[in-house]
Amino acid sequence: MVENRPFLDFLTHAVLIIGVAFIAFPLYLAFIASTHEQTAFTSGIIPVLPGDQLVKNYTIMLGTGISTSGAPPLAMMLQNSLIMALSIAFGKIIISILSAYAIVYFRFPFRMAAFWIIFITLMLPVEVRIIPTFKVVADLGMLNSYAGLSIPLIASATATFLFRQFFLTVPEELMEAARVDGAGPLRFFKDILLPLSITNIAALFVILFIYGWNQYVWPLLITTKIEYYTVVMGIKRMAAVSDAEPQWHLVMAAVVLAALPPVLVVAFMQRLFIKGLTETEK
Amino acid sequence: MSTKRSTFPNIWLPYLLLTPQLAITLVFFIWPASQAVWQSFLREDAFGFSTKFIWFENYSQIFSDPNYLNSAKVSVIFAVSVTALSMGISLLLAAAVDRLIRASNVYTSLLVWPYAVAPAIAGVLWWFLFNPTIGILPYVLKAAGIEWNHIVNSDQAMILVVIAASWKQISYNFLFFLAGLQSIPKSMMEAAAIDGAGPLKRFLTISLPLISPTTFFLVVINIVYSMFDTFPVIHATTEGGPAQATNILVYKVFVDGFIGLNLGSSAAQSVVLMTLVIALTVIQFRYVERRVHY
Repeated sequence: MVENRPFLDFLTHAVLIIGVAFIAFPLYLAFIASTHEQTAFTSGIIPVLPGDQLVKNYTIMLGTGISTSGAPPLAMMLQNSLIMALSIAFGKIIISILSAYAIVYFRFPFRMAAFWIIFITLMLPVEVRIIPTFKVVADLGMLNSYAGLSIPLIASATATFLFRQFFLTVPEELMEAARVDGAGPLRFFKDILLPLSITNIAALFVILFIYGWNQYVWPLLITTKIEYYTVVMGIKRMAAVSDAEPQWHLVMAAVVLAALPPVLVVAFMQRLFIKGLTETEK
Repeated sequence: MSTKRSTFPNIWLPYLLLTPQLAITLVFFIWPASQAVWQSFLREDAFGFSTKFIWFENYSQIFSDPNYLNSAKVSVIFAVSVTALSMGISLLLAAAVDRLIRASNVYTSLLVWPYAVAPAIAGVLWWFLFNPTIGILPYVLKAAGIEWNHIVNSDQAMILVVIAASWKQISYNFLFFLAGLQSIPKSMMEAAAIDGAGPLKRFLTISLPLISPTTFFLVVINIVYSMFDTFPVIHATTEGGPAQATNILVYKVFVDGFIGLNLGSSAAQSVVLMTLVIALTVIQFRYVERRVHY
């Protein structure tokens, strides 16, 4: 609908520009802070324009980290975060697509029971059952390992639902034709269903990668060796030093580096991201 | 529950396909959750030497504990504030983008990225901005005559965590509101405009009622988010303080269990929270079943 209301147009843009500024402001200032020296903050007025220490600060953080707060080099933590995020994303997709396939394309005893057991995971976020889950992982000897970081988090009801919904929309004739041509269930899955699901898998991957990368409580609990620290949980250790003001210019460099990978994923795969977000929540 | 009209006849294959998902669910979800329920009926000393079955004593204890009741109150204030603030801002932004024809994609891209920022990082970002000694916002506030120090001032600490948690959630709400607004048929708006309704009137009497299913869905999602997913925001910034002012329920479970080593009480608190999540999930799903389509 075209309407000529110049004042309202002006107001619309004004609201949006203020909104965008409010959204961008914290990360912008973090970036600015990460390009200055420590002394820039002690003078009382915080700088709002970039300084000239960008390369130096980021090199320190990636290479050595803040040694005084017991934080390892950021390059290592970023690598751990990447391993964890990818394991969680792929793990969730694989086990969910298999179980959705079983639930939609087969009839077998206890099918409903299996569905309900998966459904229940929706209702048990890790935060509310944190201590017993920690105990299970400790008893299995999975503390301080990549398996411990990822496997307990890969059961997912939402991903299973998404694939189930999608499989139900796949025409019946495809499967009947495949069977007439002599394809077994694994062949049908591999050659027909999987290629059809690629867009859904990609959209889900974007969401799950962000989910995995941003995990905080779980790595915080089960990693005590710095070799397994992830970057999102590591930042807290740098920002909370006792007796002294944290080295904000370095902490903010770490914040920018920790926030960047998932933000870039959203920026470059926005269409898939929106598809993933709106479909996993239904 | 529906399957395909014709299915594969294999007997063992479906179980094999389900095994990984079910194994992980049983080991890392069902078993720990049932442990929490069992533990909530026990009293254990901090060293684990003796345990005693005490029925509902842990529950009656937490519900008469002023600290727990305070934590419940704080959680409600926190959840309501985060939900109202982030949904309010998102609706305004979504309505603005919905009016635009050309620039809408640019604005959308610029508004959605905070979804990808971890809650812990959102907390640290705002913690830095509001830092009483070097932050830029206290500096600005001082000029306005407000002395900002969230380390000692309870209300200010609460405002800080509410802003940090809402900031991160805006992009999510925005996308759902925008999708809701864009699904309203243009002909309705045109008909109303011909009848002389201005933009504000159209928004209030047509758009707002028509997106009410989205709004309701988002209210549930935002309450769940602010009750459970905001643990990192609290942990990375105020750690529940000052004087328990930001000690939300999900943070208290962690502190009592891991730091206070009061396992029975922590387990009872876990069970209360699980009941809450189950209630919220049921509400959400019942609503989705009867989703209103206009």
